[in-house]
Amino acid sequence: MAGIPSRHRSLVLLAGVILLQVVLLAVQIKRDSQGRLLRVWTVGAVSPFQRAGAKGIGNIRGTWSHYFALQNTSRDNEQLRRENDELKMQVNQLQSKAAEADRLAALLNFRQSQRNVPMLTARVIGTSADTASQTVYLDRGERDGIRRNMGVITADGVVGKVVESYRDTAQVLLLTDKDSGVGAMLSDSRIQSPAGGTGEPLLSMKYIPTDETVNVGEHVVTSGMDRIFPRDLPVGTVTEIKAGRPFQQVRVRPAANLQRLEEVIVLLTLHPLEQKKEPATPAAEASKKSASGKAAVENP
Amino acid sequence: MMNDAFDLQLMETHIEVHKFRSGAIVGATFLALILQAFVPVYFQKFAVLDLPLLVTIYFGLSRRNPSTGLLLGMVIGLLQDSLSGPTVPLGLYGIAKTIIGYLASSIGARLDTEHPAARFALTVFFFVVHQGLITLTRRLLLAEPEPWFTLRLVGAAAVNAVVAVFLFILLDRLRKN
Repeated sequence: MAGIPSRHRSLVLLAGVILLQVVLLAVQIKRDSQGRLLRVWTVGAVSPFQRAGAKGIGNIRGTWSHYFALQNTSRDNEQLRRENDELKMQVNQLQSKAAEADRLAALLNFRQSQRNVPMLTARVIGTSADTASQTVYLDRGERDGIRRNMGVITADGVVGKVVESYRDTAQVLLLTDKDSGVGAMLSDSRIQSPAGGTGEPLLSMKYIPTDETVNVGEHVVTSGMDRIFPRDLPVGTVTEIKAGRPFQQVRVRPAANLQRLEEVIVLLTLHPLEQKKEPATPAAEASKKSASGKAAVENP
Repeated sequence: MMNDAFDLQLMETHIEVHKFRSGAIVGATFLALILQAFVPVYFQKFAVLDLPLLVTIYFGLSRRNPSTGLLLGMVIGLLQDSLSGPTVPLGLYGIAKTIIGYLASSIGARLDTEHPAARFALTVFFFVVHQGLITLTRRLLLAEPEPWFTLRLVGAAAVNAVVAVFLFILLDRLRKN
């Protein structure tokens, strides 16, 4: 830099730094490497704060719902108000506990119905720093047995899959991300097609042949073709159908509330999950071909 | 000299170069990244903000040194990339924020950027340029079909600019007198 006029130094530095990052991008694409070291350091530095924040918000919510939210009750009679406050506080606590019990019961029921699949409950502590990418961070990681490509669900349905696992944290690519997808089928007709994210709240099923009948409101479940999720887990509900050739464009609202995830279940297995055998129809065979092609791309 | 604000005579105008309390830049950067990766879990709409970008713009405009501006932008961008997961390669935000850091410092060295209206307009400009750079990188280097313009971009630029006006006032308090 010594021989460069001072007014041009920053321009040279800019060009050098941009070039360096372009090379970095090219290396990642060429070698399919993700710069894991820098990610591990950054996530390691940030995740303790996220964990503490999640715990803090939980406490604030608890305090708010158990105390402050009761401050606006009638002031006509101090004694009545106190009694009223106490009763409401108790009711709130009980309702909160009941809601939590319902949620845990749903998780437990699900776990019991899938006894052959080891599972782990995890809490969502963070989200992607990129507005276009739909990922979340969990408070469990490699130490808890979480590995890349493990499926993530809630009691309501499929959430996504683990794309990166760190020591105490794991990153999950949500179904709604445009790079995400799951082997799926329509629950009534059993027509198979991968359901993929579009970067928006709705999913898209792109490989349903035009001559197949699809109804709005029909449920979409996992097909098991992606070898990550067991068959018949809820994926979503058909909300919109657009005609097209050779395939219809079917939009699906995810069954799991991906906008507000707090607790999830990680399927702790990388072995292909068992599928029940069922007689294949010609239509299912045709769509299975297209589905398996896409699933291979999603899960190389 | 390093501890005081001083005037830089550039293009026959006096432009004040601001110094910050020790740890202010690192602290603000780290806080912006943590908030960006944490708050949307509870408030989905928060994701429309790009706090790391606003911090890059602010310190670029205030420090008015293109070299430090672009280096700060690069560091913030790469950290944001690394927090964004494997779907976002390292360098995507790094390149965009490097250029924004450079532009903000260069513009800051030529214009008075202390007025809220100027800050609003500049943030809208930088936000749109930033998104344009990301789209360009996605299209050219990653071969991803990203749209150049969406209505969401306009809304997000306006929201970020409004937040920037208030955020910059807060960040002004980190300056040394």
